[in-house]
Amino acid sequence: MAQQVLVLVGTRKGAFLAESDAARRSWQLRGPFCETWPTNHVVADPASGTLYAGGGNEWFGPAVWKSSDFGASWTHSSQGLAYEAGQAPVKSVWSLAVAADGTLYAGVEPAGLFRSTDGGGSWTHLDGLQKHPTRPEWHPGGAGLILHSLVLDPADANKIWVGISAAGVFASEDGGLTWETRNRGTRADFMPEGQNYPEFGQCVHCLVMAPGGRGRLYQQNHCGMYRSDDGGRSWESIEEGLPSSFGFPAAVHPRDPDGLYLIPLNGDIKGRFMPEGNAAVWRTGDAGASWRAQRAGLPQGGAYFNVLRQAMATDTLEPAGVYFGSNAGGLYASADEGESWHCIAPHLPTITSVETLVIER
Amino acid sequence: MAGERPADMPAPVLVRLPPHLVVLFPGAARQVALPAASVAELVDGLDALWPGMRERICDETPAIRRHINIFVDGRRARLSTPLPPGADVFVITAISGG
Repeated sequence: MAQQVLVLVGTRKGAFLAESDAARRSWQLRGPFCETWPTNHVVADPASGTLYAGGGNEWFGPAVWKSSDFGASWTHSSQGLAYEAGQAPVKSVWSLAVAADGTLYAGVEPAGLFRSTDGGGSWTHLDGLQKHPTRPEWHPGGAGLILHSLVLDPADANKIWVGISAAGVFASEDGGLTWETRNRGTRADFMPEGQNYPEFGQCVHCLVMAPGGRGRLYQQNHCGMYRSDDGGRSWESIEEGLPSSFGFPAAVHPRDPDGLYLIPLNGDIKGRFMPEGNAAVWRTGDAGASWRAQRAGLPQGGAYFNVLRQAMATDTLEPAGVYFGSNAGGLYASADEGESWHCIAPHLPTITSVETLVIER
Repeated sequence: MAGERPADMPAPVLVRLPPHLVVLFPGAARQVALPAASVAELVDGLDALWPGMRERICDETPAIRRHINIFVDGRRARLSTPLPPGADVFVITAISGG
């Protein structure tokens, strides 16, 4: 038995898998899967090794795809993945998360949350978000009214956090029945002066949970980077020392709750490129108090790409691997916690998501 | 007489499906003859043959999906459109994407 790492890649034209041994020096790419459907998120159930891919096709609607043989074969379903008759139809699946007991959650556009207890075969709408008093006032961000971040508490199956653009962060402590806003301390710079800290309406880009079980969350927002040490009830800016306050993805270190990776771009109205065309991942090892650019092996000069909100991840190996995929289709990997980088697939379609799975076989 | 349909069963129509729909359902065929008196009944029949095909063709409005057209004897149809016996039905996807 040897450890293998799978990098699960969602793209605008199907899902791909990049596979390596634990050294992570040589990679094999497989795909495209899911009939080249636009795929927003590919995740794995680490307990079973089952892969799930969520997306939506302009012709055929939303679906969650499933593979129980590491990508060799796939099936799809969207039974129950629909709002009530007469509502705006579900357009696509944006985010997936697997609970410790195998329960599968799907966040969709227009924003809502669904749950499957049969491995994605059928879905039930958790309609608590639709009933939230702020729901009539949610307005879509540039990518639509999308539920893109889905965070489950590994210690408490009833605790769920979601990020919705541009409605903000919401949390449930009863398994999705009821929700409360969790945006205190995060800015909405796009609102009129004096209204920049609303209860909701912030443009959250990515929400992640730190390891360690102490309720620490990080978020990359349209307007800043933040840390919360109380499950999102209050947020503190951690953007000082970064080249901008704008970016999309965030990825936590697998074991260090103070370790976080971000990819700041040059700004929201300047093209949203790598700053000065020089690609870098920025790392903190002290929960956001200080930052360091990690750019060895990444393109310096002429790198006018961005990295989308679900397109960065770490693996669980030692030292941790870090991965990101660009909108220009480049998939980059580091086997040493971001110190050095290699492009492991230069010409994929636009990459929408990157996740990892470490298996023994 | 063998093959004679019961009096309450509609006459069969011939439906042609696009390749990127058929590929989603193992065993599905590009052409199929089905008894159906309306487009909605036709979709019911397709879903009975290949479970899940309804969700691919229709949304929860319920309506035919925005980027799919169903043509009956050369005319664009809705779910409520009646099907005359022996109708020629095409399920067609819009040209889109990049």
